[in-house]
Amino acid sequence: MAAVPNEIPDANARALLVASGLAKHFGPVVALRSADLRVRPGEIHALMGANGAGKSTLVKILTGALTADAGTITFGGRTRTFRSTSEARKAGLICVYQDPSLLPDLTVLQNLKLTATPISNFRRYLVELGMARFDLQSMPRELARPTLSLLDLARALAIEPQLLLLDEITASLPADLTVRVFNVARQLRAEGRSVIFISHRLAEVSALCDRATVLRDGKTVGVVEPAQGGEERIVKLMLGPVADEVAAEAASPSAPATGAVAVEVRDLKAGTLDGVTFTLRFGEVLGVAALEGQGQEELFNCLAGVRRPESGQIVVGGNPRSFHHPGDAIRAGMVLIPADRVQALLRQRSVRENVALPLVNRISRWGPINPRREKRRVETAVKRLQIDTRVTSEVRRLSGGNQQKVGIARWLAGGFKTLLCFDPTRGIDIGTKRQIYGLVKELAANGSAVLLFTSELPEIQLACNRVIVLFGGKLVDEMPASEADEKALLRAAHGLPSEAEEPQSQEGA
Amino acid sequence: MAATAAEALRPTGIQFGRGIRRFGWTIAVYVLFGVLMVVTVIIKPDYGSFEWNTLTLAALPLAFAAAAQTMVVLSGGIDLSVGPLMALANVLALRAMVGHDLRYSLGVALIVLFEVTLAGALNGVIIVVTRVPDIVITLATSFIWAGLALLVLAKPTPGIPLDFQNLAQGSTLSPWLPDALLLLVVFPLVWIPLRRSRAGLAIYAVGSDRNAAFRSGVNLGLTRVVAYAVGGFFAACGGLALSMTTGVGSPLAGTYYTLSGVSAIVLGGVSLAGGRGGMLGPIAAAYILSLIPAILIYLGIDPNYGQMIQGVLIVIVVMVGGIGTMLRRP
Repeated sequence: MAAVPNEIPDANARALLVASGLAKHFGPVVALRSADLRVRPGEIHALMGANGAGKSTLVKILTGALTADAGTITFGGRTRTFRSTSEARKAGLICVYQDPSLLPDLTVLQNLKLTATPISNFRRYLVELGMARFDLQSMPRELARPTLSLLDLARALAIEPQLLLLDEITASLPADLTVRVFNVARQLRAEGRSVIFISHRLAEVSALCDRATVLRDGKTVGVVEPAQGGEERIVKLMLGPVADEVAAEAASPSAPATGAVAVEVRDLKAGTLDGVTFTLRFGEVLGVAALEGQGQEELFNCLAGVRRPESGQIVVGGNPRSFHHPGDAIRAGMVLIPADRVQALLRQRSVRENVALPLVNRISRWGPINPRREKRRVETAVKRLQIDTRVTSEVRRLSGGNQQKVGIARWLAGGFKTLLCFDPTRGIDIGTKRQIYGLVKELAANGSAVLLFTSELPEIQLACNRVIVLFGGKLVDEMPASEADEKALLRAAHGLPSEAEEPQSQEGA
Repeated sequence: MAATAAEALRPTGIQFGRGIRRFGWTIAVYVLFGVLMVVTVIIKPDYGSFEWNTLTLAALPLAFAAAAQTMVVLSGGIDLSVGPLMALANVLALRAMVGHDLRYSLGVALIVLFEVTLAGALNGVIIVVTRVPDIVITLATSFIWAGLALLVLAKPTPGIPLDFQNLAQGSTLSPWLPDALLLLVVFPLVWIPLRRSRAGLAIYAVGSDRNAAFRSGVNLGLTRVVAYAVGGFFAACGGLALSMTTGVGSPLAGTYYTLSGVSAIVLGGVSLAGGRGGMLGPIAAAYILSLIPAILIYLGIDPNYGQMIQGVLIVIVVMVGGIGTMLRRP
């Protein structure tokens, strides 16, 4: 079933694209260890993998935007190394990215000229995509995102590629336009050409794709036929053995807490976030599970006062609040730990200054700073978090994990009631991760309320009491941590119904 | 994600409205210039061909400086060495032309154009190769070009051949159509073919979104070098214009033009973030910036207020433009 591609000799001869042993690292970070991919002519092939599995790096190598450190690519029977995207284009291999690559300040026609795209072909594919009356003099800057995606697709199709890569193109498309994209992909397949389809949406993959290659940690871990009930296998392959390990550790997930209500969110709408209601209690860690861009960013930003909601209410301690500034949220006891540490820390200043920043703002209210008091509180926080204090002069010289700890230490010293952690362990090693989760749990046990989003679903059980799942800006599921194993979360986060309900309702999205 | 296909694919605006929106700023700059001219004539009823002539002479080098900066800024860069490049062209021309006839001078002019274009290209090459930010490199090279200019000519010296000066200072066709105005023909000669070529598109592309330009197969490095080279060419034109309009070679003459050029392009609707704007707006802006001191003189106000008024004008115009952009946003 999960045949590693190299083992089928007779398929070798008729493969359109064979990538084997591709590897790429950026400095110390290994993005791709050993990726294998085999695409037959006339096939729609899915490329799957969790965030950071190496999908985008693989796509960039295939299209010539990056060169691999090791491994070979055979395309149309010849071994190729593409040095630029235009070289790959000439060979008949082109990619349409999630964010459209039309230049915003050139008209669509000028964009076509820039890439030397045959215009009559472009027109023909526009008709097929249902945009027959599109005006080529439009400025991409003034067009809606879905339109841009379709234009980008038509531009790629116009060069009549042998292999078309669709990198999460459906992420920004409404359902009816997705259907049009699928039809075009199927048409290519009928003509004997191939498509590599990348999507987080399992339902789309099983509706469209003939086979799926799954990447994990930069390695190809299997090839699956999604149509034959392969979804479960894909999910398993994406998660890997780490899932079991984590599950074993989280054998006793915390029970839902019953403390007083800390924050109540009522029908909150902002951007993608489309009417979300839930309560967060003191003494609990409430997990938020979601794929990228399902509204979680807007949710956290609204709660932290970074962004104003379009409608809905945030009730803190019984009073409806509207935050105009992060300072308002901080005064209400709501503090944010962002994923990107650069956003929160003054990278070129010392650990002490970074930790004391909210103190300066709080205690002395712009007046003279009491150095002894400041020092005491900072030291307590630093010790408490076991921050590596060998290099304290500049925060940027600390490791990512230690930087994140400084971010948390700041609020420990400053004082808070509700901690909003937005993917706090992104890019942090496993040891520090455990420490941070342990700390979060302890804070909750001591009476704080914690809202925690993590992009690594298997880890939710490690830290949380309860989980809410966002999909398409709506709250689609809520469960106690004991039920929130990776499988249940992944299904819910992909917008699939839970196993018990209806295992077969996965029509084309 | 609520957008339906019909919403997403709806054509945006009608043709006419779009033209106004896309070229609105340029049109507004020309209207502003027209209004200021009317004001001038009201203030000074005896405004005649001589005054008009003076204005076109004063604005010519600034127009070229603005064009040079426009090229670079459209490609997403900035060139702080425009002024010194102009001075370099100016003193090179004087050294080589002194005491020669028109034909010889024109030959010198061509060589100077070539040399200073190369200097501009060198700016670009250094930026692309070293990957040091353009503002740092061009600040550094501005000192280098200025030093070179001083080596060529230590102090302001007259001696540009009169025939060469008359290329700008004469009025061959009509007193109301000074030759300085005719010299603007250089702009369409260079700009229109460039704008229509893939190189021109690539310059806009690189300034607009470098990542998308790269994905579209644009050669980023080469495109930026081309932008700096064409910028150098316009700076050379500016230096030669200085020679024609003043008749003097002056190693420090360029100082004023670096930042005034930036003012002109901002006023002329070129986005300092790159990728947006054209050549017509900055040229009109150069005339506006040259007209303001004249108006103050006619009013009997110290022309040193001109600088302050120029500053206030830029803030107001860009602010009004920003409000316009905000209102258009859905």
